[in-house]
Amino acid sequence: MTAPSDMIELRNVSKTYRTKRGGDVVALQNVSVNMEDGEFITVVGPSGCGKSTLLNMLAGLLTPSSGEILLQGTPVKGPRRDVGIVFQSPVLLPWRTVFQNTMLPVQVQHRERKVYANRAHQLIDLVGLGGFADKYPFELSGGMQQRAAIVRALVHDPAILLMDEPFGALDAMTREQMNVELLRIWRDSRKTVVFITHSIPEAVFLADRCLVFCPRPGRLVDIVDVELPRPRDLPVMNTPEFGRYVQRIRSAFIENEEAPSEGALVSNL
Amino acid sequence: MAVGTRGEGSQQALDPHVLPVARSRGYPAPGRILTWLYTPIALVVGIAVWQLAISIFNVPNYLVPTPGHVWDALRDGISSGVLVHHTIVTAREIVVGYATGSAVGIALGFLIAQYRVAERMIYPYVIALNAVPKVAIAPLLVVWFGVGLTSKVIIAATVSFFPLLVNVIVGLRSTDSDQLRLMRSLTASGWQTFYMVKIRNALPMVFAGLEVAIVLSVVGVIVGEFVAAQEGLGYYISEMNALVNTPGMFAALLILSVMGFVMSQIVKLVARKVVFWKQMDDIVEGP
Ligand SMILES: Nc1ncnc2c1ncn2[C@@H]1O[C@H](COP(=O)(O)OP(=O)(O)O)[C@@H](O)[C@H]1O
Ligand SMILES: [Mg+2]
Repeated sequence: MTAPSDMIELRNVSKTYRTKRGGDVVALQNVSVNMEDGEFITVVGPSGCGKSTLLNMLAGLLTPSSGEILLQGTPVKGPRRDVGIVFQSPVLLPWRTVFQNTMLPVQVQHRERKVYANRAHQLIDLVGLGGFADKYPFELSGGMQQRAAIVRALVHDPAILLMDEPFGALDAMTREQMNVELLRIWRDSRKTVVFITHSIPEAVFLADRCLVFCPRPGRLVDIVDVELPRPRDLPVMNTPEFGRYVQRIRSAFIENEEAPSEGALVSNL
Repeated sequence: MAVGTRGEGSQQALDPHVLPVARSRGYPAPGRILTWLYTPIALVVGIAVWQLAISIFNVPNYLVPTPGHVWDALRDGISSGVLVHHTIVTAREIVVGYATGSAVGIALGFLIAQYRVAERMIYPYVIALNAVPKVAIAPLLVVWFGVGLTSKVIIAATVSFFPLLVNVIVGLRSTDSDQLRLMRSLTASGWQTFYMVKIRNALPMVFAGLEVAIVLSVVGVIVGEFVAAQEGLGYYISEMNALVNTPGMFAALLILSVMGFVMSQIVKLVARKVVFWKQMDDIVEGP
């Protein structure tokens, strides 16, 4: 059934939140998709369409209400050691230096310190934090903190990297720069990446494939194969092909708009 | 809920040494020197006004002594060793009681925060007991534990206990939810999450409690010595009071103030060293 190259497989995954006031919120409905080993997947959609819910289920932090999620062929039953996560905020422990923060997964998972300390230092250099390894988070800018969080997610060499709007809090210029660097890191490490964003250009720029989600109920409405040549740099965003991808995703939102009230959401994008 | 989150409300208002806080905000050098000088200048002016007022209004010595008389009482008390002895006795009672009460408060707070059974069995009674004005039970403690060191230590321990207990519980329970989620995503065990994240998160609250408790301990011990004692600064003050020796009372009060100030500064210094990231946060991001 499962093709050996499928790194992540979602079969009819749904998630319904039971709220205290009695109403049920369908955060995700019947999502089925396969992601290949080494693929860069972006998930794009307006807020409330279940992106974080999807990521938390992939991370084993939430269980689906129905359906099944397989990572490397085995069902997700909880958090796993072969997954690295970058959240929207860096969540660095303020009493630990950058290096100590990036070593947290190694420490928690009782991995061999010496081996991974080398790796941590290499990654710290790779993301441009060389010379900041012994600094504390409060001595770093927001962008630098998020780089440290990326190193922490990669340090134990997970097969899968999950990122939930990781650059959402950064200014536009830093954000573009981080995107370019992320692609460089991905090219060198060849992880399977699931990257969540609400920015269409960001989703197109990064993706091999872009999953387009719409809200109420949260559902997968389109899968866009982005065939822009790699390695990509920022100027690719000015090409007509890029514009066509952006347009296609935008129209997917418009077509799946159910209520007029959602028009505001679409025009915001 | 928690006692004195920043733990520096009441006592800072009383001591003139809060000025150094302003210095650390990066004032330019000339302003700094001036700021440094304000404190001693104010002291000199204060003493001069004190002396002057007494001679102008002819205040009798048994009501308010002159600075000179206080100085004499202080010098005599120290050189004869009497004040030194009482100071050591009081300091020992404060330190032993404070350390004991804090330790028990931290341990019990930890149990209550970690185990539901402990919470159900102990916490309601602790809250109820906290409503009892601790100073009011000082006479009872003297009856039970005698006029010596033990009763004072127990009073100091009792007043130190509650702020630590409450702050440990609040500190351990207010762990940042993002950090908890991070630890969970890394497959951390409950114990790992506890010692890598929760304890660290609780430390600022614990130190806030320690800062409050040291001030309360000083008050507690002095009250205990007022009730019944044969030595200590509180005992000395009531002795001098009976003899209408106002300069002697002033001398003891002066020593007591300095002692309380030094003790709370030591706690603050340790707090600043241990919880180093908190102050840094404040400086970088504001309050
Ligand atoms: N813990 C929760 N309890 C109830 N409803 C939730 C909870 N988390 C998310 N939701 C709801 O589920 C929907 C999807 O949320 P989320 O996955 O956070 O979307 P996104 O990340 O795309 O903004 C939203 O309508 C949100 O209000
Ligand atoms: Mg989200």
